[in-house]
Amino acid sequence: MTEAADFTPVNLVTGFLGSGKTTLLQRLLADPALGDTAVLINEFGEVGLDHHLLERIDDTMVLLQSGCLCCTIRGELSQSIKDLHSKRERGLVPNFRRLVIESTGLADPFPILSTVQADPVLKHHFRLGNVITTVDAVNGAVQLARQPECTKQVAVADRLVLTKTDLADSETADALVARLRRLNPSAPLWRAAEDRLDAEALLSHDLFALGGKSVLAQRWFAQEVDAHPHAHDRNRHGDSIRAFSLVFDGPLDWTLFGLWLTMLLHRHGNAVLRVKGILNVEGSPTPVAVHGVQHLVHPPIHMAAWPDGDRRSRLVFIVEGLERRVIERSLAAFLALGAQAPTSAVA
Amino acid sequence: MCALCGVLGGAEHWTDATVRPGVFTRNTDPVQRRRERFNRVANAGRVLRFYGLTLSDWQSASFLLSTATGKTELVDNLGHLWVAAEKLLGRPCDPLDPAFLGRLEAGGD
Repeated sequence: MTEAADFTPVNLVTGFLGSGKTTLLQRLLADPALGDTAVLINEFGEVGLDHHLLERIDDTMVLLQSGCLCCTIRGELSQSIKDLHSKRERGLVPNFRRLVIESTGLADPFPILSTVQADPVLKHHFRLGNVITTVDAVNGAVQLARQPECTKQVAVADRLVLTKTDLADSETADALVARLRRLNPSAPLWRAAEDRLDAEALLSHDLFALGGKSVLAQRWFAQEVDAHPHAHDRNRHGDSIRAFSLVFDGPLDWTLFGLWLTMLLHRHGNAVLRVKGILNVEGSPTPVAVHGVQHLVHPPIHMAAWPDGDRRSRLVFIVEGLERRVIERSLAAFLALGAQAPTSAVA
Repeated sequence: MCALCGVLGGAEHWTDATVRPGVFTRNTDPVQRRRERFNRVANAGRVLRFYGLTLSDWQSASFLLSTATGKTELVDNLGHLWVAAEKLLGRPCDPLDPAFLGRLEAGGD
């Protein structure tokens, strides 16, 4: 495993147009804890950012002809981060210890995340941190209904920030929160106007930084993901995105799980907006945390300990248009292969 | 090198990152590492046989994915396995396909 200190965490701040990304950044960067943060921003909105490290990214996407989506690289973003890294190494910019990328409101967050993790240079110097998604309390419901990017931004979020809650009536805000909870049950949610925004909690507290401390993973399952198993029946607005959790007894074979998830993501990666969970892996005394966004799976983390007395493997999915029972059946069929005749391979 | 994209150093895959801690790092027991590779080939074979494909280890560095007629692709890791499999087969490999799942659950050929 790689030590956390070797890598500069990269946070993505995303959210639909006018949802308050820059305002949020402005608030967060005022926190002394984030004094050594560099910011990459690819659109200059109405709100000016007064920060010592600001770079502009041109919006260019390079999709390699191979068709391998995990290698989708945003060329300009990649180059901008490399330039910043190079300047840091040469002492031309202050020694920043965190990088925050503010995406355009219309951006699908996946290629940005993919760039940081898949780029052969960047992946040795940077790692993905929390994704923070801002949602406008006034217009959020309409945007979610009309803009698929908006839904994706919510689904991939590690942290949700509801903005403009002072402008929306409480019923609208509460309905939106309920909707966000269905799309992404496990991301902690802040109300920007009322809650004190803890920059550390928003940006820094991720599983990697905390050395796999199990309290974070426990939070993934703290919300009852399946509290509304028939939510899609009540929610008849063409909402094909749903979250659910799967639980498996007994230790599982890492290779069989890997074969299954790579196969699933290869064929259905666009529809698996989010998958994360803790696994009881054969041969490992402590759980392994896995965490993926579409075709991209973060390097798994060996957690320090189990979050509670439950030793079962637990996975949370946020999917678009896929059936829970089929996914469950498929994974169970793959894992059952491990119970077949032992391998003849002996080194 | 990532054979698919031609990106140098792009071959690391999340499934290699952890099996048992240290299995794929250079400093640990090479016998353990070879055992893990054989285990990987055996488990992949249990799925691939439903597509008429076989996987074998190649020099402890890559894998060879082959059809019954001998068409072969070199595969770096599990991430590229399904791209190569679909290329050889000329059809998608879908883990949610009910017909495939039926065969997998029945365990027969």
